Amino acid sequence: MSQQLYLSSSPHVHSGETTPSVMRAVLYSLVPACGVAVYFFGIPALSVLLIATLGCLATEVVCQRLMRQPVTIADGSAAITGVLLALNLPPTSPWWLTLLGAVIAIAVGKQVYGGLGSNPFNPALVARVVLLISFPVQMTTWSAPAPLGSGLDLVTTATPLGEWKNAVMLTGAMPAEMQGSMAGYFLGNMPGCIGEVSALALLLGAGYLFYRRILTWHIPATYVGTVVLLSGAFWLINPAKYPNPVFHLVTGGLVLGAFYMATDMVTTPVSIRGMLIFGVGCGVLTVLIRLFGGYPEGVSFAILLMNAATPLIDRYTKPRTFGTARQGGSV
Amino acid sequence: MKLRTFKGGIHPPDNKHWTSHKAIEDCPLPDELVVPLSQHIGAPSVACVEVGQHVAKGQEIGSAKGFVSVPVHASTSGEVVAIENRPHPFGTPLPAVVIKPDGEDSWSSNLQFTDPGSLTSDELIEKVRQAGVVGMGGAAFPAHVKMSPPPEKPIHTLLFNGVECEPYLTSDHRMMLEESERVLQGVALLQYVYGAERVVIGIEANKPDAIALLKKQCADAAVEILPLQVKYPQGAEKQLIFAATGREVPSGGLPMDVGVAVHNVSTAAAVTDAVMLGRPLIERVCTVTGPAIKEPKNLRIRIGMSLSHLVEVCGGLVEEPGKIILGGPMMGFTQVGLDVPVIRGSSGLLLLREEDIANSPEGPCIRCARCVQACPMNLMPTTIAAYARRDLVEETEEYCAMDCIECGSCSYVCPASIPLVQLIRHGKAAVLAKKRNALL
Ligand code: SF4
Ligand code: SF4
Repeated sequence: MSQQLYLSSSPHVHSGETTPSVMRAVLYSLVPACGVAVYFFGIPALSVLLIATLGCLATEVVCQRLMRQPVTIADGSAAITGVLLALNLPPTSPWWLTLLGAVIAIAVGKQVYGGLGSNPFNPALVARVVLLISFPVQMTTWSAPAPLGSGLDLVTTATPLGEWKNAVMLTGAMPAEMQGSMAGYFLGNMPGCIGEVSALALLLGAGYLFYRRILTWHIPATYVGTVVLLSGAFWLINPAKYPNPVFHLVTGGLVLGAFYMATDMVTTPVSIRGMLIFGVGCGVLTVLIRLFGGYPEGVSFAILLMNAATPLIDRYTKPRTFGTARQGGSV
Repeated sequence: MKLRTFKGGIHPPDNKHWTSHKAIEDCPLPDELVVPLSQHIGAPSVACVEVGQHVAKGQEIGSAKGFVSVPVHASTSGEVVAIENRPHPFGTPLPAVVIKPDGEDSWSSNLQFTDPGSLTSDELIEKVRQAGVVGMGGAAFPAHVKMSPPPEKPIHTLLFNGVECEPYLTSDHRMMLEESERVLQGVALLQYVYGAERVVIGIEANKPDAIALLKKQCADAAVEILPLQVKYPQGAEKQLIFAATGREVPSGGLPMDVGVAVHNVSTAAAVTDAVMLGRPLIERVCTVTGPAIKEPKNLRIRIGMSLSHLVEVCGGLVEEPGKIILGGPMMGFTQVGLDVPVIRGSSGLLLLREEDIANSPEGPCIRCARCVQACPMNLMPTTIAAYARRDLVEETEEYCAMDCIECGSCSYVCPASIPLVQLIRHGKAAVLAKKRNALL
């Protein structure tokens, strides 16, 4: 036998699913959401998407070159961070703000920790929150959608959640006209971040990820379920003041957060029980921040807080090894 | 009805279609048989013949040493031409008896038919031991040891493993189809030994023909044919017991701790030969398959035939193989060449081409949790592997590395191509070493 023989320990076959193929699938799944965003917000949204993605890729290259490490942008993870960051920015975000966000996401959110797999926090959310705190004006200048071809310009306005928060702060009650526009919110007809506009498009992409078994139901279902239950409880107590659960669902970043940000593999628990706890925790924190916090939107903060808790959750949700006693029971 | 199974596991393409419909063929005798003295778990046997001596087929050529050991027999009649170290499937050359067949293939006259009704259970076990019967699913644990559980561990369920969950392999499948009488005879003999109340043959649902046939033949016997969900590693002992009985073998324990004994269906057939005919385990069915083989087949092979002989009988190679594997693709062992002999545990010979070999570069763990969800033992492979890599022995043990059955499911699904099983094996060795040192 002339040729080289491979000697290795078992197993000798592999599923064929690799990190780049997983990341590619996530990117594909974001196409509908990006498409809808560009439809509603036009060229500004497109440029935010491009600047954020290219910015993340460039930052990753620079960081890895500086640290004399192999450049790994081909794995697709930096591109995902870029797209997700863009989806978490307002469509009117100026180019320098977007670029700064990209640099923060990759350099501070990911590479300082050692790159892919080592970062404790979702890089895109780290960038979003840093920008939100440092540039509150630019980060909260929202505009109503102006669909392509409608001839409208982007006009500054408030997000539904922001509107509600202002109204509640001023009058203690929810504005009546907000009750009626749920369907429009769901399809994407509301002011907000690029990726917050269309829950439908995001769910479409998430459906593909479910089909590919890249996404599991555990975190999104518990997250959304908790928000519905908890916000429902508040709504039942005082419907005049608190918005109903549907409002919570279709406005703001909940769908984007629950299906894409809170399911980032690297920064969430690995055991099933851990994922369930993570989802519930995100849900509780989101509702509390939305209803009682200083910011109208709580998704980013909730997820980052739960990211911080992830090592702890992992530690205490070690699955029960086959053949060992259940807690307080016998085998 | 939903088929029974276990939690976790994976669904690799089974690739059994290449050989599942092919009847077992007798493999012709080669010019030389290399019968290793070490083919089982436990102490190797010791040669009891001399160079130049003529041996009959079935004659003992290596005697057992100790209780957890079995004798080795001549696979055909002929002359012993050498007793020396020869390449061995375990990796390093090991002592073997080399036989030059005389072409007669005549059985030793000492072997005779026995009426099992006249035997006590202990006599029956002794016959199984003398015949060198070992577990034929791959682990090759001496069957007589399994058949002698201590009295305080009564066996109420006797379970037969006809699952064959390893991709590519079809030897047990063909055995159940073509030699069902030998298999069922062995099932009855083993039930006699154990006195178990419940007897079950577990078969993966992807072998409906075998399930139907055995169901028909067991229509009035008290043997239950249990179709199981198609999932790897359904045939792993603990997972099979769980699917069949709902009980978990305790961590660090044995099947008898939950009152169960498990034997492979092919082992049952070997028990029949041993008890009824006095014939030792000198042949078995081996699936020779893979994309690098011209004509994949189920061969009835003699112990000691070289892999190259098997390949030749199967029409040769399509192209140079990239990997030679004894056993299945999930748990088999790679071989350094084709001059290695087949042994009692060799259920398959798999030849992969270079392009079939998974070799994406290893990347960092992206914490995707696939390994955690795939693990049939409910472990956290990513965590164990990370600790094992850093030689953190205590943490490796704390995360239950010792419970890993090395099924390979975690490595199979890992998108980062981390050699999880290899790392965990390394970790297990470190834990064992630490325990040994603590005893000294
Ligand atoms: S950790 Fe062990 S038992 Fe679990 S999947 Fe990996 S090899 Fe199998
Ligand atoms: S499958 Fe691989 S990448 Fe995913 S969590 Fe396990 S070790 Fe990490």
